[in-house]
Amino acid sequence: MNPVNYLYLAALLFTIGASGVLIRRNAIVLFMCVELMLNASNLALVTFSRLHGNLDGQIIAFFTMVVAAAEVVVGLAIIVSIFRTRHSASVDDSNLMKL
Amino acid sequence: MNSLIPLLVAAPLAGAALLLLGGRALDRFGHWLGTFAAALSFVFGLVLFFSMLGRSAAQRPVQEHLFSWVPVNGFQADVSFQLDQLSVTFVLLITGVGTLIHLYSVGYMAHDERRRRFFGYLNLFLAAMLLLVLADNYLLLYVGWEGVGLASYLLIGFWQHKPSAATAAKKAFLVNRVGDVGLSIAIMLMFTDFGNVTFNGVFGAADQASKSQLTAIGLMLLLAACGKSAQVPLQSWLGDAMEGPTPVSALIHAATMVTAGVYLITRSGAIFNLAPQAQTAVVCVGAVTLLFGAIVGCAKDDIKKALAGSTMSQIGYMILAAGLGPIGYVFAIMHLVTHGFFKAGLFLGAGSVMHGMDDEVNMRHYGGLRKLMPITFVTFGLGYLAIIGFPGLSGFFSKDKIIEAAFAKGGTEGWILGAVTLIGAAVTAFYMTRVMILTFFGEKRWQPDAEGHQPHPHESPATMTTPMIVLAFGSVFAGGLLAFNSSFLKWLEPITGHSEGNSPLSSTVVTLLTMACMLAGVGLAYAVYGRSPVPVTPPVGSVLTRAARRDLLQDDFNHAVLVRPGSALAAALVYFDSKGLDGFVNGLAATIGGISSRLRRVQNGYVRSYALSMFGGTLVLVATTLLMRSV
Repeated sequence: MNPVNYLYLAALLFTIGASGVLIRRNAIVLFMCVELMLNASNLALVTFSRLHGNLDGQIIAFFTMVVAAAEVVVGLAIIVSIFRTRHSASVDDSNLMKL
Repeated sequence: MNSLIPLLVAAPLAGAALLLLGGRALDRFGHWLGTFAAALSFVFGLVLFFSMLGRSAAQRPVQEHLFSWVPVNGFQADVSFQLDQLSVTFVLLITGVGTLIHLYSVGYMAHDERRRRFFGYLNLFLAAMLLLVLADNYLLLYVGWEGVGLASYLLIGFWQHKPSAATAAKKAFLVNRVGDVGLSIAIMLMFTDFGNVTFNGVFGAADQASKSQLTAIGLMLLLAACGKSAQVPLQSWLGDAMEGPTPVSALIHAATMVTAGVYLITRSGAIFNLAPQAQTAVVCVGAVTLLFGAIVGCAKDDIKKALAGSTMSQIGYMILAAGLGPIGYVFAIMHLVTHGFFKAGLFLGAGSVMHGMDDEVNMRHYGGLRKLMPITFVTFGLGYLAIIGFPGLSGFFSKDKIIEAAFAKGGTEGWILGAVTLIGAAVTAFYMTRVMILTFFGEKRWQPDAEGHQPHPHESPATMTTPMIVLAFGSVFAGGLLAFNSSFLKWLEPITGHSEGNSPLSSTVVTLLTMACMLAGVGLAYAVYGRSPVPVTPPVGSVLTRAARRDLLQDDFNHAVLVRPGSALAAALVYFDSKGLDGFVNGLAATIGGISSRLRRVQNGYVRSYALSMFGGTLVLVATTLLMRSV
């Protein structure tokens, strides 16, 4: 199969994630969209690694996964704690520091 | 002996410092301290004078270097003094008459609670004037020159609670400033032309300079002299300066300040002798002022302002004489000395009259004072006879010599100048006789003051009359003493040079003409004011009289020609500043503010809109990169 198709898929996934980040308000959904974008870039990295025949892309993809895992832990904790105090997961409601 | 020279300046300067910084502790005896400082300076002057008399003419000028002021490569300014026949004459006049005026002020200012400060200023005035005449370079002279301006400002505005006095002080200061600019430009020109500013350096190199350079310097020096000596066109401050206490007027008019211009021109004789155009300008200024002051003096009802007009006119005589070159220098200074005596005497007399008449200055409210104030009457009368040039008294000798010198200029110029000085003599006799008749003769025209008190004229205390008596002696004998055997001429000749000129008229004829003019003036004044009662309210008078009452429209002229265009220019600049510059700056600020307030809307606090702008930015970057690579 032509590896370029994987790149198309990665671009598609990234676009879906980005539109989700821009459109949705729910923090959880936003979060999932961010994950989608990260994974799309992972896919692109791995594809390029395959295309060029070296392992750099795959190593970076591992790094990204580790960072994403850490980020999910911290981010979800924050979202849960906000939801507990404010009874809302909407990002527009957290506006205490807005002028 | 020479080390005494700095002490001449130091004594009054120390007096001024003590009195001005000493505080209330000195209030009780401060006035005597001030008088003592002036007298001490006079004694030093006398000692130096007699030691100078003992030397031969060539060895008389002495220099005393005090310290280096600005020692820079290519420019040397020293604080060093030069005492020669000319400066010592001034020193004696300044300190002698100055001391008498100090003494008089003790009585005159007795009831003024700021008397200590007054004496501090008087001492400062003397110190500045002494510095001016003792300096051996123009830069140090300039220091004294400015000091005189400062002291006159402080003294004219001494009664600063009166708005008129405060205004008069400012006016004197500003008008003097115009002259000071002239002097500073002259000094700069000297430096560029000759490379130094000492008297010896400049005069020694003067004959190598081009005529246009010398004329420029001469005209600038003349401008300076016009400011200090109240000559046309910078004379307008002198009349208003009468707002100061009367001893100040005496000091300004007799011993200091107005004589500075005559000193400057005489001292710079070496420059003027080589610049005939500048000399002509000096003569013209002198001749115009001579008549100008005399005409103003005729119309004024205020006794001090009449005397101020007279000063202007007499200084005009001196400037005219100084402009005649070597023919006139000696007589300019001689008239200056005799004038110092009788003008100081006249002013002190006027002050005494005002003292007795509850500070009334309008001569139309005087009359018949000769019996009540006999000492004032006699001393004022002798001053009067001296100033009109009554034979045998001081003014006769000096003024007669100036008129002779004017004729001796030769040619048409000589005739014109001679005629002007003769007319001046007649007008002088007229207005001084008028002052005399209005004040001391005729019936009493005393007016009650605002609260209805009738004035009770009385003779002034001894501290005031003593100086008047001494000055009266000077008014009578000084001229004869100086003229006797041409002693003053021989004394000053080594410094100023002298030439006889060739007069078309013999000196006897000139003297007779002068006498005739004087008698005509006196007779006319007697016919107008002496034979019929003088109205208390001044008659409307002719156009000329009304103009003369307003200082020959000098203030109106200044107002129309200088003040109004100046205000208009200032208003235009303010308009340009507020509308043009401020408009541009404010407009820029408003534009930026408007753009910012629109841009601010982008910052709406929603995360996704920031994310959108990040995506947008990334998109632009990627697109640009791709575009660049494809090109």
